[in-house]
Amino acid sequence: MSRRVLLTGARVVDPAAGRDEVADVLVEDGAIAAEGSAARAAVLDCDGLVLAPGLVDLHAHLREPGREDRETVETGSRAAALGGFTAVSAMANTDPVADTAAVVHEVRDLAARAGLCDVFPVGAITRGLRGEEMAAIGEMVEAGVRIFSDDGHTVPDARVLRNALTYARAFDGVVIAEHCEEASLVEGGQMHEGYHSYSLGLAGRPREAEEIVVARDLALARLTGGRLHVCHLSSAGSVDLVRRAKAEGLRVTAEVTPHHLAFTDEDLLTYDTNLKVNPPLRAPDDREALRAGLADGAIDAVATDHAPHAVEEKEAEFDQAPPGTIGLETALAAVVTHLVEPGRLSFLRAIEALSTVPARILGVPDHGGPIAPGRPANLVVFDPAAEWVVEPPFASRSRNSAFLGRTLRGRVIHTLYRGELVVADGKAQR
Amino acid sequence: MNQHLLSIHDLSAEDVVRILDTAESFREVGTRVIKKVPALRGRTVVNLFYENSTRTRISFELAAKRLSADVINFSTSGSSVAKGESLKDTALTLQAMGADAIVIRHSSSGAPLTLTRWVRGSVLNAGDGTHEHPTQALLDLYTIRERLGRLEGLRAAIVGDVLHSRVARSLSFALVKMGAGVTLVGPPTLIPPDAPAWGVDVSYDIGAVLPKLDVCYMLRVQRERQRQQYFPSVREYARLFGLTRERVGMLPEGALIMHPGPMNRGVEIDSDVADLPQAVIEEQVTNGIAIRMALLYLLLGGAGAEAGEAA
Repeated sequence: MSRRVLLTGARVVDPAAGRDEVADVLVEDGAIAAEGSAARAAVLDCDGLVLAPGLVDLHAHLREPGREDRETVETGSRAAALGGFTAVSAMANTDPVADTAAVVHEVRDLAARAGLCDVFPVGAITRGLRGEEMAAIGEMVEAGVRIFSDDGHTVPDARVLRNALTYARAFDGVVIAEHCEEASLVEGGQMHEGYHSYSLGLAGRPREAEEIVVARDLALARLTGGRLHVCHLSSAGSVDLVRRAKAEGLRVTAEVTPHHLAFTDEDLLTYDTNLKVNPPLRAPDDREALRAGLADGAIDAVATDHAPHAVEEKEAEFDQAPPGTIGLETALAAVVTHLVEPGRLSFLRAIEALSTVPARILGVPDHGGPIAPGRPANLVVFDPAAEWVVEPPFASRSRNSAFLGRTLRGRVIHTLYRGELVVADGKAQR
Repeated sequence: MNQHLLSIHDLSAEDVVRILDTAESFREVGTRVIKKVPALRGRTVVNLFYENSTRTRISFELAAKRLSADVINFSTSGSSVAKGESLKDTALTLQAMGADAIVIRHSSSGAPLTLTRWVRGSVLNAGDGTHEHPTQALLDLYTIRERLGRLEGLRAAIVGDVLHSRVARSLSFALVKMGAGVTLVGPPTLIPPDAPAWGVDVSYDIGAVLPKLDVCYMLRVQRERQRQQYFPSVREYARLFGLTRERVGMLPEGALIMHPGPMNRGVEIDSDVADLPQAVIEEQVTNGIAIRMALLYLLLGGAGAEAGEAA
């Protein structure tokens, strides 16, 4: 059955084609169709809205299998679709850990059943995330895994990481993604170490804990020629390290989260556990460096680090609450509000960082544009001016949003996943 | 004053003076044969102690009882908390029972502030993690003012594990607020690097600081800090930073020696030193009751409450 949808009058922002102009886009049978064949198409008036390739997340925790009380692949997929994502990487720290092809297949099957977006499981670098023995990397590559990460933990042993970076060279496009925090310096730490941690009486996680590991990992990338991706950069020093490594020609990419772009450690004065994240929210200078790094390309991509936690886990004493914030439903609006609106980022660069570049890193050519005839219709349509207050209900099973109660600008109206309107008028269609 | 007392930052200098003056009028109650006034009759004060503390809990209990409040002691061992009840559910339970004030001691910094989200009554911070212990700071100010007649312009040193001390935080903030000069003294590993931003000085040499002091405030040093490699040994700590008999001689005449208790005699303070006349450690304890009476009275008595009427 042929289904045609004509999206009219949108500002098409398509970084892969270098295009930012008002145009109509016709979707037919799950793909972008040539203009001029719009007869009998359902028309969606997109006047005043932005149409872009569907967003791609390099870093989300969907919690299934193991912690289905926090999130499932289905609820996480729905949250992703509502946030304008058509592809999401699901981190490996599930229970059991995604360190074999079996868990990878399970997550992918669950995602296919939900059918709300593509879910690409991330494989563990080491068995059980224990940092000791290499996980079944080759087997997982055969199962389609492109990104490997022990996220939540740094691989503590430099030799183990060296071998993983080296071993992964056998597989084209495979990326080793590191959570960078030196464990001995962050043990017990609750927030960025600095004036506010000392005043609040919360044990600190110094920025140097991140920079030490970023520096080590970049050195290992140099040693091995391996392909390194640095997760959730948080400190100005880390941005500089990555910028210099790129100038040197190392094969490295980096991501930053919307919450590190939006908040600083000053926002923790109320002991709001939804702002407790790892790595922690840092000082204003660090945030400034992250914003500048995203603008100038030192940082490649925005990734959510969507980390759902149960209400009762977060409604607790600060040092007892687990770290993490959900982010799929607010990422685009956070970037629009904190970077595009103030003039720090063009829409083209914002969409590039939220879609085109992560699609390239993840190696998923069906996503990230260009929006051209014959290409899969993975698209997002959003209202760049709409203001909304972040509040429950969320599509995510959890509601630990760092943005809770805050007003953001930029609201997803439609999400098309392989041509299907999985989100229409801001509502998930299933 | 605010509804709650969570931090010294909640108070203006005028508030502090008012609290100290109110405590002054209540202290006389403790000298009576019948140590009781009816100021808070019919009000309920809950002592919610997630951390063991004999002296602070008893001090609050006596303070509330001397004001004729109904006092409930809720300690975590043997209670619903031991069965895994969350802070939120405990708070909602106490709220449902009509607690007018909740005095909370907790090992987690910020727990008193978190508690205010779920209760309508006043919350008094009786020490939270390594954050603050504002009632201790106020009773210390009271003791200093009583002995030395003023706070402004005094020079105080706070010596020891400032990094992990809620007493040091509250007392630093309070002394600075009242115009006193503060020097933090201890090994660099136990002094927050950003402490000068609090408006205090830092020294690693107790001998250089002692001759200029009006108040020498010694902090308890926990032996576990040595295991965490903050300093090489307890013996070396005592040698470098302890208030020894010899060092007391470097203090100006009339300078006070203070300690929030419980003391490690022979570690941060020599046993003889703790018993000297200028050591006012027991007075601190006595004054703690009056300060806590004043705070309960001012927080529960409502705006415009005057101690004179009640006492």
